Amino acid sequence: MSQLTTSGSGLGLGHSRHLPTWAPYGVLVLAAAFSAAVLALAGFNLAGFLVLTAITFMIVLVVASRAVEGPRKATDRFVTSLVVGSFLLALVPLISVAWTVISRGAARLDVEFFTFSMRGIVGEGGGAAHALAGTLIITAITTLISVPIGILTAVYLVEYGRGSLARAITFLVDVMTGIPSIVAGLFALALFVLILGPSARLGIMGSVALCVLMIPVVVRSTEEILRLVPHELREASYALGVPKWRTVVKVVLRTSVAGIATGVTLAIARVIGETAPLLVTVGFTAAINYNPFDGRMATLPTFSWFSYAAPSLPVEASIDRAWTAALVLVILVMAFNLLARVVSRAFSPKTR
Amino acid sequence: MTATSTPPREAVPQQRVRQRPGDRIFAGLSTAAAVMILVILAGVAVFLVWQAAPALVAAPEQIGGESFWAQVTPLLFGTVLSAALALLIGAPLGVSIALFITHFAPRKLAAPLGYIIDLLAAIPSIVYGLWGVFVFAPAVVPIYTWLNENLGWFPLFAGPVASGRTMLTVGLVLAVMVLPVITALSREVFRQTPTLQQEAALALGATRWEMIKYAVIPYGKSGVVAASMLGLGRALGETMAVAAVLSIGGGITFNLISNQNPATIAANIALQFPESTGIGVNLLIATGLVLFVITFLVNFAARAIVARTTKG
Repeated sequence: MSQLTTSGSGLGLGHSRHLPTWAPYGVLVLAAAFSAAVLALAGFNLAGFLVLTAITFMIVLVVASRAVEGPRKATDRFVTSLVVGSFLLALVPLISVAWTVISRGAARLDVEFFTFSMRGIVGEGGGAAHALAGTLIITAITTLISVPIGILTAVYLVEYGRGSLARAITFLVDVMTGIPSIVAGLFALALFVLILGPSARLGIMGSVALCVLMIPVVVRSTEEILRLVPHELREASYALGVPKWRTVVKVVLRTSVAGIATGVTLAIARVIGETAPLLVTVGFTAAINYNPFDGRMATLPTFSWFSYAAPSLPVEASIDRAWTAALVLVILVMAFNLLARVVSRAFSPKTR
Repeated sequence: MTATSTPPREAVPQQRVRQRPGDRIFAGLSTAAAVMILVILAGVAVFLVWQAAPALVAAPEQIGGESFWAQVTPLLFGTVLSAALALLIGAPLGVSIALFITHFAPRKLAAPLGYIIDLLAAIPSIVYGLWGVFVFAPAVVPIYTWLNENLGWFPLFAGPVASGRTMLTVGLVLAVMVLPVITALSREVFRQTPTLQQEAALALGATRWEMIKYAVIPYGKSGVVAASMLGLGRALGETMAVAAVLSIGGGITFNLISNQNPATIAANIALQFPESTGIGVNLLIATGLVLFVITFLVNFAARAIVARTTKG
């Protein structure tokens, strides 16, 4: 049917016809109006409205384009709207998750939540001070172990590594990135159970498990940054007679400290939300425990998980605590993401 | 090795650089850290095998009446099915989002839009789990009911529909979780497409889609495959979201919208672990070992593909 209306003979470029630039927007308004009208009759809901609008929009635009601009342009417009649509579709879960966590988590975001543990708490009230402390302690230990190993490994790969060992390590770091978090937890469990007996549950076990997840992230980001340091800087330093190790420390690492700090902060943000490895290594407790070498510790993710999976009565209060713990966790992750940006600005070498 | 690390000039005869103690110590330290990676990975494999061994060799009566492989098969099925669903939904979406960011969105917006998608990766999995069970699962029940009523003859949609905590829901939640992984890598590949080829295609009168079809996608194809496999690896190992959302019961089934679903390996470990003792723990570690081997193979394949493309 479109044969009649496509651009005449197709010989001269000037003859081809276009939809006006405002056409997609006009069609969108039309489609929205049409869907609203249809749904007003059938009973309105937001999801149905958006889906119907998107479908109507696509059909009308493609048919119009095919009639005026020809099949090739119509396909182009079809793909464009698909691609834009898929991006918008991905925003739906993001917005929904953010909204749910904030609205449901806000219910218990009070002083009590940060100052009380769950020790002796029955029913409503109680807090996650013990879980917050556990998360911070375990994450701090993880960072203390992972960062030196990660940065030195990256230094090795960029500055020293040659031959098959370097290739093997590059490859193994990639493999390590792909280890499922629960397997990392089982590894720490298997290791400590061998030494301390089958009922060993310690904060440090959780740290070891998280290290397996954090080290490759630190290595990757540091390596990337170190490779960006211009070779001239190193050569200038060597030319001045500076030993290699001082060149690495004072020139290479100094130049890239902003990037490294950013990478480390993002790596912390990644491991701080891990639940599964802590579930099998650290266990769970209702009371505050500041000692990672003695007994079970609570952490925010596991606190959230057990409040949901094994709720105490009344269930509503327990679920509220689960959401608030989730909200605090998300706030922590976002804080570290923001911190990464601040850090990268604060640490970058001053250029005058 | 420190002596040869500065690039030697051709004409100058190789001079012996004085070895300073600081150099030796620093080189030793960084090499030790690198070797540490080897040790850790070897440790992961060794300790898992060590602790899994009792369950692998145990008689069926000792580990709950069935042999190890009979117990692990439904879990394996659930793991693969959920990850495959996630990939089936997540990969096309992820690739088209990557295309949107690199080739459709205004230049200035590309970076912030990419950052928004990366935010999806920043959300902890436990949060996805809570969201999936309290918000998403109830929201999709009407769709499942419709599918069941109209396509119930099709085995995938046999039903009966109850709470929405089904395999399909898990697949959708996992799809959201692997989306940022697939998008991030695809974006990198699409951005590296030779600009000249793209401009040549446009100059020949190609529409934007034709340019992408003939210049961008063939170039990025293997990168997209690798990205999808990395996403698959992530989906296979995801624990908490599945443990929270999936309603478990029954064995192997392709029925995607009922409440009787096979568990996944990772979710099964998280759910069973708190109540397990003795050989039960060994059994869970053995299933973890199976998961480790599978994700290792998938990641290995993905990295091999990436390595081949970046070389060629």
